[in-house]
Amino acid sequence: MADPLEVVTTVSITIDGRPVEARPGELLIAAAERAGTYIPRFCYHPRMEPVGMCRMCIVEVDTGRGPALQPSCMIPVAEGMAVSTESDVTKKAQDGVLEFLLINHPLDCPVCDKGGECPLQDQTLAFGPGESRFVEEKRHYEKPIPLSGLVSMDRERCILCDRCTRFAKDVAGDPLITFIGRGNETQVNTFPDDPFSSYFSGNTVQICPVGALLAKPYRFKARPWDLDQVESTCTACSVGCRMAVQSSTNRLVRHLGIDVDPVNWGWLCDKGRFDFEAVNAEERLGAPLMRKDEELVEVSWSEALTEVAERLAGASERHGAGSLAVLGGARLANEDAYAWSKLARTVLGTDNVDAQLGDGLPAEVVLGLPRATIDAACQAGTVVLLTPDIKEELPVLYLRLRDAVVSKGLRLIELSPTATGLTGLAAASLRYRPGEAAQVMRSLLAGGDGGAGDGSDDALREAAAILGDGPIVCVLGRPSLAESADSVVAAAGALLEARPGTTFLSALRRGNVHGALDMGLAPGVLPGRVSLHDAREWFTSSWGSLPDTQGLDAAGTLTAAAEGRIQGLVLLGADPLGDFPDRDLARRGIAGAGFVVAIDAFLTESSRQADVVLPAATFGERGGTTTNIEGRISRLSAKVTAPGSARADWMIAVELASRMGSDLGVESVDDLWDEIERVAPSHLGLTRTVLQSLDGADGVLAGPADDVGTAGAPPTMSQADEPGVSAAAAQGQDHLPGNVQTEEAVLGAGAAGGALGSEAVTEAFNADADTADYADGASEEAGGGEEAAVAAAAGAAEDDDAVVGEPSGGGTEGGAGPSRPPAIRFTAAGASGGPPPVDSYSLRLVSGRKLYDAGTFVSHAPSLVTLAPGANLRVNPADLDRLGVTTGTRVRVTSSRTSLVLVADADLGVPKGTAGLWFNQPGQGAADLIDVRGPVTDVRVETLGAGAGHVSARGGGS
Amino acid sequence: MAVTDAPKIITTRFDVADGHTLAGYERTGGYAALRTALGRAPADVLAEVKAANIQGRGGAGFPAGVKWGFLPPDVHPRYLVVNGDESEPGTYKDRLLMERDPHQLIEGVLISSYAVEAKQAFIYVRGEMAHAQERLAAALNEAYAAGLVGRDIAGSGWSMDVVLHWGAGAYIVGEETALIESLEGRRGMPRLKPPFFPAAKGLYMQPTIVNNVETLANVPWIVSNGGAAFAALGTEESAGMRIFALSGHVRRPGVYEVEMGKTTFRDLIEAPIYGGGIRNGGTLKAFIPGGASAPWFYEEHLDLPLSKPSVDKAGSMLGSGAIVVMDHTTDAVKACARVVRFFAHESCGKCTPCREGTTWLHQILQRILAGDGRPSDLELLMDVCDNISPGIAWPPKQTTICPLGPSAVSPIASALVRFRSEFEAYIANGRHAAAVPVEVGARG
Repeated sequence: MADPLEVVTTVSITIDGRPVEARPGELLIAAAERAGTYIPRFCYHPRMEPVGMCRMCIVEVDTGRGPALQPSCMIPVAEGMAVSTESDVTKKAQDGVLEFLLINHPLDCPVCDKGGECPLQDQTLAFGPGESRFVEEKRHYEKPIPLSGLVSMDRERCILCDRCTRFAKDVAGDPLITFIGRGNETQVNTFPDDPFSSYFSGNTVQICPVGALLAKPYRFKARPWDLDQVESTCTACSVGCRMAVQSSTNRLVRHLGIDVDPVNWGWLCDKGRFDFEAVNAEERLGAPLMRKDEELVEVSWSEALTEVAERLAGASERHGAGSLAVLGGARLANEDAYAWSKLARTVLGTDNVDAQLGDGLPAEVVLGLPRATIDAACQAGTVVLLTPDIKEELPVLYLRLRDAVVSKGLRLIELSPTATGLTGLAAASLRYRPGEAAQVMRSLLAGGDGGAGDGSDDALREAAAILGDGPIVCVLGRPSLAESADSVVAAAGALLEARPGTTFLSALRRGNVHGALDMGLAPGVLPGRVSLHDAREWFTSSWGSLPDTQGLDAAGTLTAAAEGRIQGLVLLGADPLGDFPDRDLARRGIAGAGFVVAIDAFLTESSRQADVVLPAATFGERGGTTTNIEGRISRLSAKVTAPGSARADWMIAVELASRMGSDLGVESVDDLWDEIERVAPSHLGLTRTVLQSLDGADGVLAGPADDVGTAGAPPTMSQADEPGVSAAAAQGQDHLPGNVQTEEAVLGAGAAGGALGSEAVTEAFNADADTADYADGASEEAGGGEEAAVAAAAGAAEDDDAVVGEPSGGGTEGGAGPSRPPAIRFTAAGASGGPPPVDSYSLRLVSGRKLYDAGTFVSHAPSLVTLAPGANLRVNPADLDRLGVTTGTRVRVTSSRTSLVLVADADLGVPKGTAGLWFNQPGQGAADLIDVRGPVTDVRVETLGAGAGHVSARGGGS
Repeated sequence: MAVTDAPKIITTRFDVADGHTLAGYERTGGYAALRTALGRAPADVLAEVKAANIQGRGGAGFPAGVKWGFLPPDVHPRYLVVNGDESEPGTYKDRLLMERDPHQLIEGVLISSYAVEAKQAFIYVRGEMAHAQERLAAALNEAYAAGLVGRDIAGSGWSMDVVLHWGAGAYIVGEETALIESLEGRRGMPRLKPPFFPAAKGLYMQPTIVNNVETLANVPWIVSNGGAAFAALGTEESAGMRIFALSGHVRRPGVYEVEMGKTTFRDLIEAPIYGGGIRNGGTLKAFIPGGASAPWFYEEHLDLPLSKPSVDKAGSMLGSGAIVVMDHTTDAVKACARVVRFFAHESCGKCTPCREGTTWLHQILQRILAGDGRPSDLELLMDVCDNISPGIAWPPKQTTICPLGPSAVSPIASALVRFRSEFEAYIANGRHAAAVPVEVGARG
């Protein structure tokens, strides 16, 4: 007997006679793979519970009672276990399973999307019999049937491995596809009239080991050997999922999730997976437009830039630099945002910059709160959610939190005005009336006393008991665009005051909003999470002069513009008419601005009003870096060229500066990063070498040493000590995506193990990224040698001081520069005054976003555009009863701004006294009603009169 | 060997007109054992059953008392689940027990639950058995009303509930882990053992005992008469009485309770009080000794005693106690195809070899029967069998999770070895060898 006190760190087994040290509890299939023996498999997936269903991985295992065939995906290693993966019995059994799988498989590989990257093809080649002995009629089903608008199912190809169904049930929590029938007639299908409308459905296509599940946007678009790919980071939201971006004939055709431990585990949401369609859209701008005789007409870059430079300079001359403003930037890469931040401060001379459009939280709150990572939240034990619906806005964060709740016992305490996608998983879900978040938070922190007094005290006390005394991570965002951020900020302040160790994970959603804030695209904030006030001296040394006073935020800018005080307005990939919560103010602001230049990939509602429109390159067309909700910086890669003469935002900034008589001093994305690394205090030490290292492939956390992460040292998870495996074992499955995938790669995985192949892939990606820089027009050398990069990264990872040291001699003043400015720190805001009481005839409006909305990318992605649910007013059934109308009835909704006719739907998730309305859905809606002058928006809901209101087309209710 | 005069244990009320009612049951001594058991410590009752050395009557023949001992101590809640999903072709003994003596099963369940300290028991009855379901439900209602189930049973202080559950028609649910899946509301698909041994991780991931109907029906008698009395019946290796469902080409098909180990197949098939011999004075061609998944036996096996070790040793199993007799008129290829069709139809679809392989086997057999067989098909049949059950050995090895796939291999392996010429005749001539033409009226 082993000494029970002895800590067993390895389990000794033999694989094909070779001694192997496995990890205790490790599954045999995983231990073998780490040791370089690839056991074929179909149903096994490292991110899901094994089911032992396909039987492909059966091998002879001897645990002392003689060899027996066992599924290696189901049995943990045990001391002394002897495994034969190449014995005659094993080979015969595996041959047999492959033959069984193939007898009813249609072998229509030439017309199958998966052909060329198909695990069934590859493993048949590597492990299977040469030919089939099956002469009977194969099983027939109708060829692909739609499971949803995005995913189709070819049941003839399906090998019933349970991957998709397990994913839907266990990972996504959307058990909408399942096995139907039994035996030889088993099939995967949806329930009748209940489509596979999961936000994560595309993952099933990626993990399908055959071509049974097909993504409509990719079907018949390319063959794997036609694909080029780069590794990049999704910017559909700010979670920062790593993915492979694949193109064919210079068009994006597919995104595949890459398995990285700290972020997305290989998963993507369908928006991030399929919104590349927008990049390819016909409506993309390819040439500058200028307003002539009331019409926007195509002009040359030279003419357009000259016009912009002259008009902005003229406005500044006549009205002062404070009459200029820049709105937007959250869709840009970090380097673009930095260039524009520098341009605004040093060339335009204004601090009126805001990457957020009044729909987030104040920059000093986001930058100043102590930070948490996704992993930290998932391992926290207790997470407090004060956010919009995470499932709608940050879908893969939802998957991570869901997993933590389901499999790790994470306790979620949710404070929200309506039910959300996480409500069903929350240990406690507290409803607060918009504007009263801080009061509810204080009651919660006080143990549940002094609550709203409406019977919710018990719920509060229960929640307080669940909250406990342990460490807390708070996920913080803007729960509703119809209430001001004040009460949310006050709630965060109360939490931090009562529980000083609390760390925060931001739930701001727009692609690179965190990078834009880090780069200083917010009034009073300069690059590196420092304030204009504190860092003036530091930046003066490298930037020169800075604006004297703090500028206006988005609401302030639009208000000033409406009053004629903004004479030059730059819309930097921003569409205030679609995204600013108060459309009336946005409309008056844009109309009132003397001159408007829009830099955008599309003509939006706002850019149609501009005097000049400059076409911008967008996702997949430009390199650089992006920063996610954690402050994790990861790389973007260019894969295709932008349409026409569209170019990266930073280049537009450089050229505009040049026409205004200044030189931003940069000529490439790499120049920009080098400068960021030199001047942004939170980014010191995050050199390109670090970002391009193997450890940097998962992204690198920015921030001072006293924050959660230290640069260059990705948080350690189970695989962090194996650089490269997690980064490039794309999809975490049998396979590397795209053209990197070759027969040798698959076969080689068996012989050489994952890590070697991964390095090769990473190098390939790096090479592509360098090409990407050329695509940007920069004449840069490729990055330093790989070895040097890795060595430097390793050094940085081991030495925190190296990361947060003084500027590396980059400033103009050499070694005698100013001292490093302090990072912005959150200080608890004063107690919120509280919202006005709601009158008994009004409903308090709640407006959050759905995953699919009228946003620019979704609108231009044909596969996604129809998925926007529309803006119906969601009302508690009791309130509907009070109105005397049934669900599906049209009602008049009136706020201080306007009056709309909307369809009212009963929704039990909306508490009595409130009304839900999804933001930015096609047509009129929430933004028309919301009045940002007040802390909340109340609406009056009235019937349209007898017989006038009912709508039969939607919502039933007949 | 001969017909023994051992006492009947569980079929005593089969001929009592109201034996299925509480009144009839109590009049004939019912529920006395429950009161006896409740007066003793659970561990004593468990020891009594262990002493009886009763082997499970569902098919695997594992000693029930030993199985109960596998429950981890002090882990609660724990459950007793009754496997009443009797679906193997030829097997219909449990159905009669549930139809004709439902209280006996309920009493057995109560005593057994008490012995293993399970506060809740589930009786899972095959979906097609409407009459058994009605009788069990009526009996359970009577028992609840009489205070024999529920709170404070018979004034003893012991409380427990019994839940009835009807299956939905899948044979595989007779496999205990698939039954548990089904009971939990999911598709009936087997779980892999390990880790899902029911005694450790069973229903709702709690310790669970799954017993066959017949096994539990014996428990009241064991408590009343003592485990030693039960163990004294039969032989040391096969204790007690057992009921067999006899069907096929015999004069008197039916369910018969016989003494284990002392009665032979010949007794059961030929004795006037049992099968009464082959119908129409015919001769025996083959018989299935223990349900459709068992390898076939022949003339030379008739004098084997009905005991687990002797049948195991001879290369088959007593299994579910279903004996199917085939006389000389039987077409071995058709009989084989018929049994394989059953398993192909009942494969749950989880494991590839069973899902694809059993159907393929049936397709090949159908093709042979249709006259389209090829000489290579016989080797192919055996090799497909080998890929489902490597080595085609007995007891079977398997590439699958549960034994359903290998079950389809048994009839092919049996028929193809013993009656190869019949297969070859189909392949050569497109029809049965017809050495013994079926006489008109032979089935009458």
